[in-house]
Amino acid sequence: MSAFFGTSPLSQSVAILLIGAGTTIAVSLAGNALGLLIAVPVCFMRLSQARAARAMGIAYVSFFRGVPLLVQLLIVYYFLPALGLDLPPFVAAAIGLGVCTAAYQAENLRGGFLIIPKGQNDAARAFGYTGVQTRRYILIPQALRAAAPTLINEMILILKASSLVSVVGVEDLMRVSQNIVARDLRPIRWYMAAAVIYLVINLALALLGRAAERRLSAGYARVTL
Amino acid sequence: MSAELSLITTYGPQLLEGFRLTVLIWLLGSALAVTLGFVLGLALSAGGPALTLPVRAYVEFFRGTPLLAQLFLAYYGGPSIGITLDAFTVGLCGLGLYGAAYFAEIFRAGFASIPAGQLEAARSFSLSRRARIRYIILPQLLVLAVPASTNLLIILLKDTAILSIVTVPELTFQVTGMTLETFTFVEPFAALAAFYWALTELVAFLGRRAELRLGVYLRPEMRGAE
Repeated sequence: MSAFFGTSPLSQSVAILLIGAGTTIAVSLAGNALGLLIAVPVCFMRLSQARAARAMGIAYVSFFRGVPLLVQLLIVYYFLPALGLDLPPFVAAAIGLGVCTAAYQAENLRGGFLIIPKGQNDAARAFGYTGVQTRRYILIPQALRAAAPTLINEMILILKASSLVSVVGVEDLMRVSQNIVARDLRPIRWYMAAAVIYLVINLALALLGRAAERRLSAGYARVTL
Repeated sequence: MSAELSLITTYGPQLLEGFRLTVLIWLLGSALAVTLGFVLGLALSAGGPALTLPVRAYVEFFRGTPLLAQLFLAYYGGPSIGITLDAFTVGLCGLGLYGAAYFAEIFRAGFASIPAGQLEAARSFSLSRRARIRYIILPQLLVLAVPASTNLLIILLKDTAILSIVTVPELTFQVTGMTLETFTFVEPFAALAAFYWALTELVAFLGRRAELRLGVYLRPEMRGAE
């Protein structure tokens, strides 16, 4: 690293800041991926015709959307080891972010499913698609397309919320900028730098999101109001 | 016991005032966010590049930076460019402008989810643009938008706690002050968390009721509400 950034205090700090940004990207990507993996079954539970499954889906959303993320992170990091499950900080943070965002993403995704006309499900079944195939090939792609902007909203919220993961010992962008400020006492410079990096990451996320939307919309006519 | 009672009589009015302010600022801020968000979402969906570019920049700025940073900028940075606002105004407008960026994307998703054929049909029936939006688009758009909006209203409710940092005397501000004066921490903050949780449950409940009403004609067997 020092070969590239040099050894002056300033370039050292910049290098540390960028490593922190990398950690922030990695932990929120991991959290978002885990979140989507959990969100899909939770969403299907919420949409289920079985009352018990629906109640479980509602309970999941209500708990993880109602309890502050900070508390959830502390539970994962401090309570799970007490049960004999010792997690490294990065994994604990990714799980904490993932289980929380899953509650929001399940609801965003559910909105996408609700607008699919009922006839499509019937038609797929009439063509002999199984329930799983109907979901995989007919329903999920359309729900993803419709809900994409709201899913990106939540991904950006989680990226910003990931600044909390320093409380469980992850050296993310927020933590390393605090460390640098503690050393050279230039809060405006480094916190502005951190803010700009967060903004740039979010812009990239938004651009990727709209590229994904365009891909998912292939074959759709453009809606003109 | 008597000590606890005196706590209630001493801090009761203050906490009640904080509660009132939290609810007020959340309701007004959300109303601003939804209204502005709808207009911005409409602009993103129907406008030309001259309109969508500035709106896109607005959305990416307010969505891409933390609410706390925006509040600091307005509250402490505002006076240096001649804009001096009181904490309540900064908090209310901050929450509204921040939320509007997310609502714009929710409504854009809603507009994009209407099948193009429906709008062609509506146009060939010579429905005006206003009528197309009111009778064709809005009822369907809301089905997609309500779960996402419920999420966002809950997020905005919890974000009102951030306003305490720019000295808006809402509930978290009052409770923080109370803990510093009385050196009791667990009970006040537990009560505070319970308050926010109860309010989020209320929002979630109202969201499910709204879905039931809006979605019932669309797919009754998959409405997913009680």
